[in-house]
Amino acid sequence: MSEIVAAVEHSPDGCAACPMHHSGNLVKLGVDMTRYDFVVALAGNPNTGKSTVFNAITGLRQHTGNWPGKTVTRAEGAFGLGDYRYKLVDLPGTYSLAAAALDEEIARNFILFGQPDVTVVVVDANHLERNLNLTLQVLEITDRVVICLNLIDEAERHGKVVDERSLAKSLGVPVVSTVARTGDGIPRLLDTIAKVATGEIVGNPNRVQKLKGRFAQVVADLKRQIKAEFPSLSNPEWVAVRLLDGDRKIEESILNGELLELATQSDQAQEALDSTSVQDRSDSAQPTGQAGERIVSAAKALRWDLGTGFQDRLTEGIYTEAAKIADKNTTMNGKTKRINIDRTIDAMVTSKWLGFPIMLGLLTAVFWLTIAGANAPSAMLATLLIDTFHPMLHSFGNMLNFPWWLSGFLFDGIYLATAWVIAVMLPPMAIFFPLFTLLEDAGYLSRVSFNLDGLFKKSGAHGKQALTMSMGFGCNAAGVVATRIIDSKRERLIAIITNNFSLCNGRWPTQILIATIFIGTLAPAHLAGLVSAAAVVSIAVLGIAFTFVTSWALSRTVLRGELSSFSLELPPYRPPRFWQTIYTSIIDRTLIVLWRAVLFAVPAGALIWLMGNIVVGGASLSAHTVGFLDGPGLLLGLNGVILLAYILAIPANEIVVPTLLMLTVSTVGIAGAGEGAGVMFELDSLAGTEDIFRAGGWTLLTAVNLMLFSLLHNPCSTTIYTIWKETRSAKWTTLASLLPVAMGFLVCFLVAQVWGLFA
Amino acid sequence: MNSAMFNLIIFVVLCALTYVIFSRRFGIMNALRGTRKDAQKVRLEDALKHMFAHDEQDSSATLTSLTDALRITSTQSLALVERMQQSRLVKALDGRIVLTDEGRRYALQIIRAHRLWERYLADETGVDPVEWHVLAERREHALSPEEADALSDRLGNPRFDPHGDPIPTDAGEILKDNVAPLTQLSVGDNARVAHVEDEPEAVYAQLVALGIHPGMELRVEAKSDERIIIEAEGRNLILAPLVAGNVSVKWLTERELEVEDQARETLNVLRKEESAVVSKLSSACRGLERRRLMDLGILPGTKIEYDRRGLTGGLTSYRVRGTVIALREEQAEMISIQNREKVAS
Repeated sequence: MSEIVAAVEHSPDGCAACPMHHSGNLVKLGVDMTRYDFVVALAGNPNTGKSTVFNAITGLRQHTGNWPGKTVTRAEGAFGLGDYRYKLVDLPGTYSLAAAALDEEIARNFILFGQPDVTVVVVDANHLERNLNLTLQVLEITDRVVICLNLIDEAERHGKVVDERSLAKSLGVPVVSTVARTGDGIPRLLDTIAKVATGEIVGNPNRVQKLKGRFAQVVADLKRQIKAEFPSLSNPEWVAVRLLDGDRKIEESILNGELLELATQSDQAQEALDSTSVQDRSDSAQPTGQAGERIVSAAKALRWDLGTGFQDRLTEGIYTEAAKIADKNTTMNGKTKRINIDRTIDAMVTSKWLGFPIMLGLLTAVFWLTIAGANAPSAMLATLLIDTFHPMLHSFGNMLNFPWWLSGFLFDGIYLATAWVIAVMLPPMAIFFPLFTLLEDAGYLSRVSFNLDGLFKKSGAHGKQALTMSMGFGCNAAGVVATRIIDSKRERLIAIITNNFSLCNGRWPTQILIATIFIGTLAPAHLAGLVSAAAVVSIAVLGIAFTFVTSWALSRTVLRGELSSFSLELPPYRPPRFWQTIYTSIIDRTLIVLWRAVLFAVPAGALIWLMGNIVVGGASLSAHTVGFLDGPGLLLGLNGVILLAYILAIPANEIVVPTLLMLTVSTVGIAGAGEGAGVMFELDSLAGTEDIFRAGGWTLLTAVNLMLFSLLHNPCSTTIYTIWKETRSAKWTTLASLLPVAMGFLVCFLVAQVWGLFA
Repeated sequence: MNSAMFNLIIFVVLCALTYVIFSRRFGIMNALRGTRKDAQKVRLEDALKHMFAHDEQDSSATLTSLTDALRITSTQSLALVERMQQSRLVKALDGRIVLTDEGRRYALQIIRAHRLWERYLADETGVDPVEWHVLAERREHALSPEEADALSDRLGNPRFDPHGDPIPTDAGEILKDNVAPLTQLSVGDNARVAHVEDEPEAVYAQLVALGIHPGMELRVEAKSDERIIIEAEGRNLILAPLVAGNVSVKWLTERELEVEDQARETLNVLRKEESAVVSKLSSACRGLERRRLMDLGILPGTKIEYDRRGLTGGLTSYRVRGTVIALREEQAEMISIQNREKVAS
């Protein structure tokens, strides 16, 4: 809080009394937020083009992170205008500020306690009534508001014209019409933000009493008492309503004096801007403690008399006002062509005959583009990082006279593991995520949830899990992050815990390799490709089956008591912003996940090398471990090498195959194969790979169980870490990590033993 | 016998063992959970509740009724009553067992914990309604008065449990039968007339003329200092506050409201090219779920139009205030509608 308050301080060379700031000199500062004079908050409903407005103001680059201690994304950017620098904080998109859900609480608390100098509410001109519900709630908290009436082009296509001036009159704060996608109206928006920030425009927000009858009397009663105790509070009525609604956070902030302190501070800040003299106002903060208690207990007593229905009447009151304002300021000109286009597309994608083919077609296209498109860059990266740089690093080490263990540890261990992860992981993710995001932004993915909810509902899950599951086929860590779109706790946990059953990008190559070598060869040569492909697909389908079964079981056992609610809006179709989407999804999703994976690959690479090279009692540590794990491994139809490979390759599934090859070669002792102790490798020739595995004692059963175990084992450490980040719960993280591997053990054991009965 | 067979047998035996240890019905873990002391406390508190229930109905508990209610032997119930007498929780009055003030306070504490817990389960968890009572029966014995106060505070000091029964206050007061003068109702409240005061005569005559009678269900439509407008039996009645003060009413419980609702149509009956006006959100739609629907603009008076159905039959989308919202069948069932009509396509 203090940093924000500090930011309000007058900049030394600034001039509050200067005339207009022209936005002709807008400087998009992106993530450069070193110094700022004003804080601007960006609020709005979901799907109002809020992030487009954000990008139009600050440019593409933004700082994304989480709200402190929360898993709600927080984006920040900065811009300069005139003599001042502004920090723009993107609040979570919400329908309300009732603080019933986490994102609402965050948005509300920032507007109230973060004390932004200006709050910009992005309003969808096309859905004015619903958007005004949020707007009116913002106006009750703060008067430093600018309304950004966005998407007026879309509204026009729907035959709606919103009168900007009369809307401003109704709301009591400035309104600026924009088309953020094209940048229309953004300069005026910035001008207005500057005027409100510097106090040139002072809002007089609409705070019409929305309650009627007895409820209104009770609110007025409490408001009077609050006014008497805290005269400097700017929004006593809102505080009264919140207290009567039983809002714990507001109650607390009154008891500990935080609320009043803020009121005092904002007065001070305003004065500091007006004149430079700061009065001593410490006297007014004195009686807070007792007065606060008096107010809170008065509210409690009144609440007891209030009876039921207060919340309902409150929402109804706000909506009645919103409908009135929307009605008054919107004119219809009878053109509704656009609606019909939306309805036609909807009719198509939800039709009995076309619905599923369209869905499967689009998803297949995304996966095909990912796999096909990633091949070439992956090979290039592998050539560059592994075939070229790796030997170069070795000669570099030799040049500097590195001892063998140092270059082994650094280059064969740490470097090789990291290089492998980057080469295999980066290209598919950089293709998959943007494609997926484009479908999402166009509005299609919510229709997929809409269509598939019936299936997911039967297993106690949310239709949106279809999306997080599909995302998991790209990367489980990204799939776990994507569960943020599910706003019900129970269904979100289900989606997180079962995401690992989506066969991710890192596991496809293992599946394909093993299926080609061991299963394809069972069939006649001309069918080999088809048979091995069918084997891999059935593993993926088995994963989907496990998703449903596990979801069902979880929702009826451990997650039974978690709070559950359902909501799904079908937003209008919009052409996605192509380049912006590609840029942000690569930055936000791909690079973040890749960075996490690299962080985990470094120690894993070191460990792999050390285990292969530390020799105790005539054998390496890995040989000891393999010997120890062989017993349980064989019981599961696998072997010690496979188990050890899966332990060492926890950081990334991508390095399972190279680790398997390296361990097999070193334990079996195949002369002339491999790159040396603890050095992972892959072979270009399938026959060579097969020879090594056969030499390691692999059978058809080993192959089948390896494919099963590759599907059913613990998530990679990047995913585990992400699950922890998202749930902040050791319990759910442990469950999500151990449940799949326990199922893997069980399934492999049963397959191996039943196989044994017939063998 | 080969080793695979042997392994599988071992596996089956292990599974059976795990089941025996952890199963809820005859699980060993479950048996180990409750100690003897806890069991005694639970029995005593259940006995207090039993007696309180009898007190409320102006009948008194007896040894026999206690033995039946707690499903214990008569020897056990005799010992129990003796123990309660020693702790001055009950006194015996010629064969009847009556609660002392101390005992009544204790009983109210348990009932408070029970109803608060039900409220909590209803508002803040996803636990199925049929399980509320069973879980609260267990929880009421574990919740200390301080914990109950904290819980009540957190829930916004609710007055009723989700079944509409009043929750005793921390001071041990309970709304008896939850009857109040009509003037205490707020706009939108549903109630049933419990009693019509027959004095003064002039006022009574006015009430009779208006057709107000005990058992009549009503809803407050509007209220000001001068008059109260109620809707009852399909008519709008206007009452002066002085007149209304002579009518005692009882708030309808949620269950009664549900029954009232069943007569009405709900959103899920809406078909293609039909629209309707939302008349009410069922009280069974609580907490976050209720807020979400209302925030999305689904409120009494909102016009709502059928849009389409999802492919796998889980969802139906509706047009509300210019937006398209998808609802599940059971959500649509909680939204009452009226004025169902065809839309010109």
